[in-house]
Amino acid sequence: MSNEMNTKTVYVCPDCDYHYDEVVGCEREGYAPGTKWAEIPEDFPCPDCFVREKPDFIEKVLEAEVAA
Amino acid sequence: MATEITSKLKDGASAKDNRAGKIKRNRWGAIKKYWYLISLIVPAVLIASSYAAFSTGYGQWLWTMAIVFWVVVPVVDYIFGEDPYNPSVEEEQELVNEGSYYRSILYAATLMQWAGLISVTFVVTSGDFSWFNILGAILSVGAMHAVGLTMSHELGHKLNDKTQVFFAKLCSAVSGYAHFNIEHNKGHHKDVATPDDPASSRMGESIYRFALRELPGAAKRGWELEAARLKRQGRSLFSLRNELLQISLITIGGYALMTYFFGLAALPFLFVTAAYGWFQLTMANYIEHYGLLREKLENGRFERCLPKHSWNTNFKASNLLTLHLQRHSDHHAHPTRPYQLLRDYPEAPSLPQGYPAMMGLALIPSVWRRVMDHRVVEWAGGDMTKVNLDPKYRDELFSRYHNVESNNRSIAAA
Repeated sequence: MSNEMNTKTVYVCPDCDYHYDEVVGCEREGYAPGTKWAEIPEDFPCPDCFVREKPDFIEKVLEAEVAA
Repeated sequence: MATEITSKLKDGASAKDNRAGKIKRNRWGAIKKYWYLISLIVPAVLIASSYAAFSTGYGQWLWTMAIVFWVVVPVVDYIFGEDPYNPSVEEEQELVNEGSYYRSILYAATLMQWAGLISVTFVVTSGDFSWFNILGAILSVGAMHAVGLTMSHELGHKLNDKTQVFFAKLCSAVSGYAHFNIEHNKGHHKDVATPDDPASSRMGESIYRFALRELPGAAKRGWELEAARLKRQGRSLFSLRNELLQISLITIGGYALMTYFFGLAALPFLFVTAAYGWFQLTMANYIEHYGLLREKLENGRFERCLPKHSWNTNFKASNLLTLHLQRHSDHHAHPTRPYQLLRDYPEAPSLPQGYPAMMGLALIPSVWRRVMDHRVVEWAGGDMTKVNLDPKYRDELFSRYHNVESNNRSIAAA
């Protein structure tokens, strides 16, 4: 078995499907790659649609197949 | 050709009868795709009419676009009526797949907007036109700016697409409205229909009072939002990453080149047309949320923006001209939804005319209030605590309209 399932947590805007990925961050809004979701301020608006805020985001676990 | 188009427009009207999702792929839905080319026609009208003024010497031609906006569009709206067509799920998928066509129209139209502005500025500065015809040129360019800012609005919402963001900047730069995109996305959409929003008008507030609050309020909020973003990035406000500066630099470059080639007279013309273009946007903001208010929840946040918090209007011609901006409830519910997909919400509050005609009414405050105030009161069910009121007229409006009991009684009786 050369592949194993790995998981990654992202935070998804329920209106426009924007994904916040801690690895990528959101540099456009000044959050560097590696910024943890917990470090994002509570009033953080979705950087695409701006009509949902951090408390509205949905935590989603993505399964990614990673070569072992 | 003309009759063929007419019959197709009528075809769309017949779809009114089978609303509620039963609409099959109708011909209006298919042909509408080509009608969006109206975005290219607007600057083309400016170019053609300024050429006509230049070659014939008749300055009256400079009025053309202003007349199209203020007279022709409302009349065409009156004749062809509303557009009840909403795409079905399958059609929506098709409209998404054809997205590059709809975006390309706006990219080309952005370049045409610059060409339109250059043409009119050249003609106005090179000919000997009366002040009356120069006024026509100002109103015509202002109408083009209104359409341009609607395009920039559409493009500027698509922040996950660099090409659209680039063209949004280029398009806002035509009228020099640098803070528009940032302020609109991050400020207006967040605070819409609350007293905190300088771009949501209050009941009792005239367009002129609103303009004095909205124009400086939006500029201030735009700069503050951009300053906060740059600070988080650890950059200076004067960094070239400042999007407001980027847009301003495009404007300064464009206007400076026109002044260099066409002479100093170009400069006041450009400034006045830009300022009037901003006022055109102010008029749009004025009519979109007049008096509507989101309720404050116990946790101190305002309730989410719902379809009932925007004024809609669904006339065919003005819907094409404004890229479905008039389907405003769907736009506020889903700000990133592309224009060709925006849907009509039949239950949302609606204006009696299209946006251009309503803007005209707004210019005469007494007429506007006669048409709109009772609609706001009906929307709130007579409860004036649920209305976004101008504090200056609060007591007057309360004593005149607040009537919760009679409304409850009529509900009970029904």
